Amino acid sequence: MHPVLPFVTAALLFGLGVAGVLRRRHAILLLMAVELMLNAVNLLLITADVTVRATLAAATPYAGQVLALFVVVLAAAEVGVGLAIVLRLYRLRATVAVDDVPLDRVEAGR
Amino acid sequence: MTSADWLLAALGTVAVAAGHRVVATDRLVRAGLHLVLCLGAVAGMYLVLTAEFLAWVQVLIYVGAVVVLLLFAVMLTRAPVGAAADLDRPGWTAPLVGGAAGLGLAALLVDAYRWTAVAPAAPGTPEALGAAVFRSWVLPFEVVSVLLLAALVGAIVVSRPGGRR
Repeated sequence: MHPVLPFVTAALLFGLGVAGVLRRRHAILLLMAVELMLNAVNLLLITADVTVRATLAAATPYAGQVLALFVVVLAAAEVGVGLAIVLRLYRLRATVAVDDVPLDRVEAGR
Repeated sequence: MTSADWLLAALGTVAVAAGHRVVATDRLVRAGLHLVLCLGAVAGMYLVLTAEFLAWVQVLIYVGAVVVLLLFAVMLTRAPVGAAADLDRPGWTAPLVGGAAGLGLAALLVDAYRWTAVAPAAPGTPEALGAAVFRSWVLPFEVVSVLLLAALVGAIVVSRPGGRR
């Protein structure tokens, strides 16, 4: 197989994720764009792992796939904490638009 | 081009098209469902790349858990179901920066790999990955378990109603 095909797919997915993070205003859509970027990195890691293992005999076996496994776990934790923050923000403000969150003053309780 | 190449190209096209809908649509729920399509296509690419364990992990954790969690959040925040005009910032900065990042990285990778072909390596079965994790990656594995516990407790504390008075 030609590894350039999944590599180019991963690069384009990463670019889409960057565009989404910069463009979206809704916090949940922002998290979705972050997921796209993490997925692109996973695809890159797995393709590199397969390519390197096919060409170098001395490489640590399956290092890229194990790293991709860790990235999946971290993404799950990130979404859990991120959604908890989004729900908290919604309860506080009744909106999840990230542009409306003032960063320079402390909110009182609740 | 072999059949694996055709499969990779087709799944990659589906993934990029669905990913474009995720960042460009003006309906929240549709963005979530296109995210499912994109992640599923990437899981198919993992299968073609012989990373079969990662493909099922992707389906179980991403499509099964993460997207369902995102759709739960859509419901809990009473997000607009129909088309909404205020989901995006106006302006061309974001598409320009994202397009430059994506196309620049793609050009770098094309320049690095050209049209070289590699033989399929030994498949990433659960046995092989388990042996790799518990032979070379035991400490990171344990640290990840602590991190998951911390994220769990943190999520509960942050979302608890009236926690900080």
